Amino acid sequence: MGRQTPLFAEHQALGARMVPFGGWDMPLHYGSQLAEHLAVRASAGMFDVSHMQTVDLDGPGALPFLRRLLANDAARLKAPGKALYTCLLNPQGGVIDDLILYHLGPGRYRTVVNAATAEKDLAWMREQAVGAEVEIKPRRDLAMIAVQGPQAREKTAPLLPEPLRERALALAPFSAAEHGDWLVARTGYTGEDGFEVLCPAGEAPGLWRGLLAAGVRPCGLGARDTLRLEAGMNLYGQDMDETTSPLAAGLGWTIAWEPAERDFIGRAALEAQREAGDLPDFVGLLLLGPGVLRAHQRVLADGRGVGEVTSGGFAPSLGRSIALARVAPGTGPECAVEIRGRPVPARVVKPPFVRKGAALIPLD
Amino acid sequence: MSKVPDELKYSKDHEWVRDNGDGTVTIGISDHAQEALGDLVFVEVPEPGRQIAAGEACGVVESVKAASDVYSPLAGEVTAINEALGDAPESINDDPYGEGWIYQMRPSDPAAVAALMDAAAYRALIENE
Repeated sequence: MGRQTPLFAEHQALGARMVPFGGWDMPLHYGSQLAEHLAVRASAGMFDVSHMQTVDLDGPGALPFLRRLLANDAARLKAPGKALYTCLLNPQGGVIDDLILYHLGPGRYRTVVNAATAEKDLAWMREQAVGAEVEIKPRRDLAMIAVQGPQAREKTAPLLPEPLRERALALAPFSAAEHGDWLVARTGYTGEDGFEVLCPAGEAPGLWRGLLAAGVRPCGLGARDTLRLEAGMNLYGQDMDETTSPLAAGLGWTIAWEPAERDFIGRAALEAQREAGDLPDFVGLLLLGPGVLRAHQRVLADGRGVGEVTSGGFAPSLGRSIALARVAPGTGPECAVEIRGRPVPARVVKPPFVRKGAALIPLD
Repeated sequence: MSKVPDELKYSKDHEWVRDNGDGTVTIGISDHAQEALGDLVFVEVPEPGRQIAAGEACGVVESVKAASDVYSPLAGEVTAINEALGDAPESINDDPYGEGWIYQMRPSDPAAVAALMDAAAYRALIENE
């Protein structure tokens, strides 16, 4: 029996199939993962993501601490209300976790990290914070609901505390508005527009029911995974981990190399890798033959193994199977993937596969 | 609770078998199996004419979640396949005992059908899982 989020009773009442995930009991789906996926692309769906760990980082030393801790540069968040995506690296340049960092106010930052890595992340942050003027506070009192899809924002806004409603609708992508313990951010993990809403745990069931009444479809971890795969977004533990460089996981864009004098953890290792070159390509694959791409299948070119699928599955929006894969540099566009011992033709493509309901790759 | 029709036979690998009364049987996966797999997105069926052994993996059902082998509950020759599953694998979710059938075969030992689990035994099996 895993830990339960403040919405556990809601999931049970909706007949969710619950599964263990990162130490928590979470909904996999509420009947049909495919229908949930398509609802997010067509209208709006909601996800209980309260298992993810919110951590506040406060104090006069917070900014210098974060500029050393994270591969992206917290100083880019010039105004409060801005957010960025970044990797947390070890000194070898491996990915401890990926996270979103919010700038809430002077000396006030907030991050949301993955559930399965939360304890490890906190221990690492505390170890690095020794001597710094920063207080690291896990916020276990908050719940989080992601509302995603073309109708997500208009359906969510009326349910927010009154002072947040207009501000929420005015948010630019990757920005957030705060009111007391409520935080609404225009971020997500699906490739659709939408909000991620943090609120006091006790208020989460009311928000959830309000969204349900507004016609927002409850979606489980299954749809969350196929949506993020179509959107070409990495999943920690699958597409990258502590042994993977962000440069080998399609995450080079999240590294702030400038200013050159900013000495973030992992910088020296990444610079050496960049210097040495010959890093694998991190690519998208479209399966051309029958079957379904799955993690750990072998990618073949001219009959030889050139890499591995890191995330794969059926893409409901495309009606085809797609994957993210780590392959030898220059692989493609034609290749094959070994499925149950047989090579099946596939094509190297550039993710994302789907954004805002539309296919971004040619399917024929 | 998943459906377990009384008139069918079952295997421990969650296939069902219908005796067609003409020396052939129809085979599919149980309601319990399709529920556990979730939405099906791809089905691979055995080629007609193929001789298969009892317990042999002769097909694959893949859901949004995972791939799962179809193990033949009986030995014999494949006589027909459900070609509609190529375009509509979701038939297995919607109607596992009807339109979601997977293949038909002529068992080499007609008596082997009667030796499979009956509905009561299969219900007991899935309740104890």
